[in-house]
Amino acid sequence: MTGGLVAQFLAQGAQMFFVLLIAPLAVGVVRRVKARLMRRQGAPLLQGYRDLAKLLRKESVVAENASWLFRAAPSLIFALTWVAAALIPSFASGLMFNWAADVVALVALLGAARALLALAGMDVGTSFGGIGSSREMMIATLAEPAMMLIVLTLSIAAGTTRLAGVADFFIAEPLAVRVSMALSLLALVIVALAENARIPVDNPVTHLELTMVHEAMVLEYSGRHLALIEAAGMLKLVLYLSLLICLFAPFGMAPSTAGVGGWAVGLLVWTAKLLGGAALLGVWEVSIAKMRVFRLPDFVGIAFVFAFLAILLAFLSRGAIE
Amino acid sequence: MPELYVSGAALGALAVAAAVATLVRGPALAFVYPLSALAALALGAVDLHVLLGGGELVAWLPIGLPAIGLHLRLDALSAFFGIVINGGVLAASIYGMGFDRAKELTPRVEPLFPLFAAAMNLVLIADDAYAFLFSWELMSLTSWALVVARHTDPESRRASYLYLIMAAIGTSALLFAFGGLAGPAGGYGFDTIRAHPPQPLVAALVLAAALVGCGSKGGLIPLHAWLPLAHPAAPSHVSALMSGVMTKVAVYGFVRIAFDLLGPPSWWWALPPIVLGAVTAVLGLLYAVLDRDLKRVLAYSTIENIGVIFVALGLALAFRANGQHEGAAVAMAAALLHVLNHSWFKSLLFLGAGAVLHATGRRDLDGLGGLIHRMPRTAVFFLVGALAASALPPLNGFVSEWLLFQAVIAGHTLPQAALHFAAPAIGAMLALAAALAAACFVRVYGTAFLGRPRSVEAARAHDVPLAQQIAMGGLAFLCILGGLLGSVLAAVIAPVLRVLVGADLSSAGSGPTPLSLVALDPARSVYDAPVIALFVAIASITTLLVIHRLSARRTRRGPAWDCGFPDPSPATQYTASSFAQPLRRVYGAVVFAARETVVMPPPGDNRPAQFSVVLTDYVWRALYAAPGRAVLRLSERLNALQFLSIRRYLVLMFGALVILLSIAAVMI
Repeated sequence: MTGGLVAQFLAQGAQMFFVLLIAPLAVGVVRRVKARLMRRQGAPLLQGYRDLAKLLRKESVVAENASWLFRAAPSLIFALTWVAAALIPSFASGLMFNWAADVVALVALLGAARALLALAGMDVGTSFGGIGSSREMMIATLAEPAMMLIVLTLSIAAGTTRLAGVADFFIAEPLAVRVSMALSLLALVIVALAENARIPVDNPVTHLELTMVHEAMVLEYSGRHLALIEAAGMLKLVLYLSLLICLFAPFGMAPSTAGVGGWAVGLLVWTAKLLGGAALLGVWEVSIAKMRVFRLPDFVGIAFVFAFLAILLAFLSRGAIE
Repeated sequence: MPELYVSGAALGALAVAAAVATLVRGPALAFVYPLSALAALALGAVDLHVLLGGGELVAWLPIGLPAIGLHLRLDALSAFFGIVINGGVLAASIYGMGFDRAKELTPRVEPLFPLFAAAMNLVLIADDAYAFLFSWELMSLTSWALVVARHTDPESRRASYLYLIMAAIGTSALLFAFGGLAGPAGGYGFDTIRAHPPQPLVAALVLAAALVGCGSKGGLIPLHAWLPLAHPAAPSHVSALMSGVMTKVAVYGFVRIAFDLLGPPSWWWALPPIVLGAVTAVLGLLYAVLDRDLKRVLAYSTIENIGVIFVALGLALAFRANGQHEGAAVAMAAALLHVLNHSWFKSLLFLGAGAVLHATGRRDLDGLGGLIHRMPRTAVFFLVGALAASALPPLNGFVSEWLLFQAVIAGHTLPQAALHFAAPAIGAMLALAAALAAACFVRVYGTAFLGRPRSVEAARAHDVPLAQQIAMGGLAFLCILGGLLGSVLAAVIAPVLRVLVGADLSSAGSGPTPLSLVALDPARSVYDAPVIALFVAIASITTLLVIHRLSARRTRRGPAWDCGFPDPSPATQYTASSFAQPLRRVYGAVVFAARETVVMPPPGDNRPAQFSVVLTDYVWRALYAAPGRAVLRLSERLNALQFLSIRRYLVLMFGALVILLSIAAVMI
């Protein structure tokens, strides 16, 4: 029993470690796919790791009137995102702390990270920081409710708000193709694009003043602080891909009783799915243009409407009405 | 019964303090606050004792109406709300101890403060309709007098005038409610009412009247218009009491009537509080996010939170009417915990706003900025309050939010179609409100405390006296503790839940760890704040250690980067208005018919460009301005009646007599 407990504990730790390890690679895949589709050579797949290592080695320049909040925020944002990413069942369901991964709490953890980032953006008192924070919070007021409705829909279908329980439900009923699930999937994809500052909501590679959102908030960061912010962004990408996989393509996930061998297989399958998802994101990004900021509410609003329809249908199909 | 004597002595002390304070002037008035703090501590201790120990305190005093007297009773429900009230009073009193004795004490505020505290306590322990209405009206009047304390300010006078009208409407609605409850026999004691629940039609009217009476005091839209004017107009520690605590007395009134006195509920009782609450939650925040006055933003956020509480109460009614006691317990626990949590973080935020006002003399967000450097402690406390108000984990606001979402999910078991479809709709509204709250408080904190100072006053601000820091720090500590120990609080309110909905969170303690908060079923929904906080703490520390080991560790201070063109003027920062602009475009265009006009002079012209925004408050226009005009017009018409000849007056009186007599003849 003790051995099993230790193994469970190690597996939980391994999950925390793997999401962190794979995050720069996932971003590398996105960039590489985009570059190849644009007929460019592109950076090597491992460029993400090198970037982080370079940033860590550089000195941090902190603006003269920055407060403690500015310096504390990167570590906290990174930690919050990391915990949220590690709570999502990746290669195995039913790990030791799987009950802690409550979907409502998960959405709120990400909300806390975002609020901190927006506050940090306003700390130095520059116009760019404000523009980024203000736009980020505007997008969040549309994306976060959509996200909350999506997870509520899935919880109603699975009868639990435990993420692992939802995943188990979808493993057990893989053919549960329902309209509400399809709508949720569409909404979740839009939310994931918005939350990760991806095209068409935001462009992660540009520093064009009029359009940037996420980059404007983190403009004042440099050195190790920037490394943490960048790493948190990479983790967030893994988190959303992992969430999509866990909810809509959970096949191959090792059950809770699987031993180390089962976990290894699950890990391979999960890695393949994750990198596949990243490649798809790259294809998507080259095939669509960035939107104007004030057309974003329409785009993210679609996610909200889809999510609302989904939860309405979920209520309709569950429970008896007199 | 020593508890009875303690309560009596504490209430007496408050009354005596009020009386003595009317006699003294100047620095001597400072005695009010330590005394109020002690009285609140004593009353709170008695409340806690009753809540934890079970049982109840009953007293009857031969004052008041003849043949009725004054019935007082402290049961579990009153005791819970008593803890909320007295916690707020304690914090506000400690804050008051920090006032400058030479300058900040005035005979317009200090005598009324203990009276206001005592009146709120009296509402909770009233056990007959007369005592309830009397203390309710006393609470309204004392708080009105506190709002009008700065009577030289026309804004204050307007706010207090509106407040007086709305309070009168609210109390008369409650008068009708208790009239309906007492029935033709006129049993005004709560035990008599409880024994004879009214007929369905009467019950519906009572519920509507209670919703108007309590909703107007709590700030349910559309009865909210006075609140964002009156709460900020009062001195800040009184604002904290009004917003953090007095609105909870309104919630108490509704709970007492709808869950206790009105008998077994029908399912449709749930609809009005749910619909009004959900609308209030979203609209309240949209007002808040567009407003530029620090204290008014907080007042609008109070409106939002009252909406959330009423949604939870409505859900609890719906579950209870359908005999689903477990779901009712979750919804009720969400409502009660939100009452407690909101009283903590909103009192904290108002005290923080008071500290800002004290330090800078300003409450317009666009004149603040950079206070995190000048008021470091207040900035930390305010940050805790702001994050708690945004319902972010691991702070206390999220605990009640989580329970409420669990109740919404459980809503799919409700059999009535209306409720069945209301549940996902309110889920959407609540999620929207939560996201807007985060935007609202990032905006408030970002403009007031972060960035660079936008005015001389903000640049010269200083932190507040120690007593005020202690008051804010204590509340901030409670916000954190309440966030981590939500399960303990849920266990503490279990007796109230059993009385109100006949079940408690039955699975309490069955979660994976002893501190897990469990709704409905430990296998399905668990929120474990300590474990998540531990994870985040471990992750943060690991990050810090690894970064410390790996990174260059060199840090240099330099000028802000700002894409290479940093502007030295703080006017180039984002202001509260500019922060709200995207939100105004997205939501304001529909809700407030927001129109932006830009007047751009032609090239070569030296005049500045002008930008203006027009917002329309439909609620005010339709429900306040229009009736106000109608009353004015009618009174102008009736004015002619004042200038009649004596013969015509005699004719009028005779006509009135005939009409009244014929009515009497028909009735009998």
